[in-house]
Amino acid sequence: MLTTSSSLGADGEGAYLRVQGLSKVYATHDGPVRALEQVSVEARRGEFLSVLGPSGCGKSTLIMIAAGLLRPSSGTVSIDGALVTRPRTDIGIVFQSPVLLEWRTALGNVMLQAEAKKLERTAARRRARELLGAVGLSGFEDKYPHELSGGMRQRVSLCRALIHNPNQLLMDEPFGALDALTRDQLVLDLQQIWNERRMTVLFVTHSVPEAVFLSDRVMVMTPRPGRVDRMIDIELPRPRTLAMRETPEFASYVREILDLFLARGILREY
Amino acid sequence: MAETENPFAQSPALSIAELEARMEGSRAQRERHARLRNILYPFAVVIGLLVVWEVGTRVLGVPLFLLPPPSAIAVSFIANSSLLLFHGWITTAEILLGFALSIVIGIPLALAIFLWPAFSRSILPLLVSSQAMPKVAVAPLFLVWFGFGLLPKVLIAFLIAFFPVVINTAVGLASIEPEKIYLARSMGFGATATFFKIRLPNALPAIFGGLKISITLAVVGAVVGEFVGGDAGLGYLLMVANGSMDTQLLFAGIVALTVLGVALFLLIEFAERLAIPRHIIAGNKGNP
Repeated sequence: MLTTSSSLGADGEGAYLRVQGLSKVYATHDGPVRALEQVSVEARRGEFLSVLGPSGCGKSTLIMIAAGLLRPSSGTVSIDGALVTRPRTDIGIVFQSPVLLEWRTALGNVMLQAEAKKLERTAARRRARELLGAVGLSGFEDKYPHELSGGMRQRVSLCRALIHNPNQLLMDEPFGALDALTRDQLVLDLQQIWNERRMTVLFVTHSVPEAVFLSDRVMVMTPRPGRVDRMIDIELPRPRTLAMRETPEFASYVREILDLFLARGILREY
Repeated sequence: MAETENPFAQSPALSIAELEARMEGSRAQRERHARLRNILYPFAVVIGLLVVWEVGTRVLGVPLFLLPPPSAIAVSFIANSSLLLFHGWITTAEILLGFALSIVIGIPLALAIFLWPAFSRSILPLLVSSQAMPKVAVAPLFLVWFGFGLLPKVLIAFLIAFFPVVINTAVGLASIEPEKIYLARSMGFGATATFFKIRLPNALPAIFGGLKISITLAVVGAVVGEFVGGDAGLGYLLMVANGSMDTQLLFAGIVALTVLGVALFLLIEFAERLAIPRHIIAGNKGNP
């Protein structure tokens, strides 16, 4: 049974992902820009952790560093106690745009990951079809990206991130470019997938309800430079339903985060 | 399946499936007509121009050596068809060799430019200024160096044609969403696999764009080479026809060159369709 407590041992026992004292400074024409400042966070194995904050607070930078695709200016990221020093290949990553190869079909795009991992072809194809079916894309396997809607493309992207059964999913505002209805469906799809596999998820978003709906914990960040403002445990029963968004408990979590944003001047009420 | 009367319908009530079939039928018909118009209209314009040309030259009594009517050109074309074929074949060989050389040298050069920034910095200004130089001016020099045979024509065709291959390939390789590269790295693809599975296919449309420009330029290069100093080829034939005031043959040569140029262009387009499956090209037209 998954608990929603954020209290980890002092040595981070049980922590799968450990981010310690992470800072990132970008050199720009207008001088150095502090994207992240002393960010420390830990995620348990199988935990759904959302990172919530205004644009430019370094959320995406955090994802990139956690994926080993970007070097931190200082601080460390470790997985299961091992420092991340190169691009991690044990993860599934989903960007805001689907990043599909236009010359491959939906199935072909999912299989790209299998080819990279040198998975056995027949089994991988079967699994790719299963995954596509699970997100409602049965019958679209042989369609090319330009024949798919934005939501379908992002689903393909999600399947590609899952085919190798990664221990961790890194998602950088994956639903940010979708319409509200598609977004709701994909949030439900993602919850279902996570429910079945329980991989550790680091989910970047700037949608407050989305973060509350999906997460075990929400890490709220300050505006630039990004720091951890508050960690909020979301103690709502799972699986969560759309109706739950109307409950006072759900509303109070959303309220708490919005109040924080108001206090920080990220939001302003008249 | 209860079909209720629709008081607003002008025709007898149709089921939604029938409506669908009807819409689909009219759409298919519209598309057929549009395709037909796309062929018919330009064809009609060409025929119209030819008629005006034919009638104009005859009515006004324009001398043959100045502007022969299309019919005279056609007669000359048929009468000289074996001559045109012989010279056309030589020009084709020059064009294709120059074009092949453009690919063989242009693509590795583009690769080097893409892979080694230092190389790019040192070679690119040279390359660009080489394009500012009028290549036609080099043609006599090539004659001095390489004689009157095939080689100088091939080299001039290459010199004119290789630049778009280099630039388009280099730009095509460099322009890629950074996320695609991040994705490749996080999936565990090495540099070679990333290049062949992602970067190269991504660059193919740009590369073929360069090849299409290149093949038309290669035609210009070969003809320029033959103008300057040749003893065969359509460019040479044009010079001969010009010298003997055989304007019909001159026009027939121009027609042959045009047909050759279009045919070669279509050949590249065909290769493009083979290399880049339909959906990329179709993709520009948006969703159905």
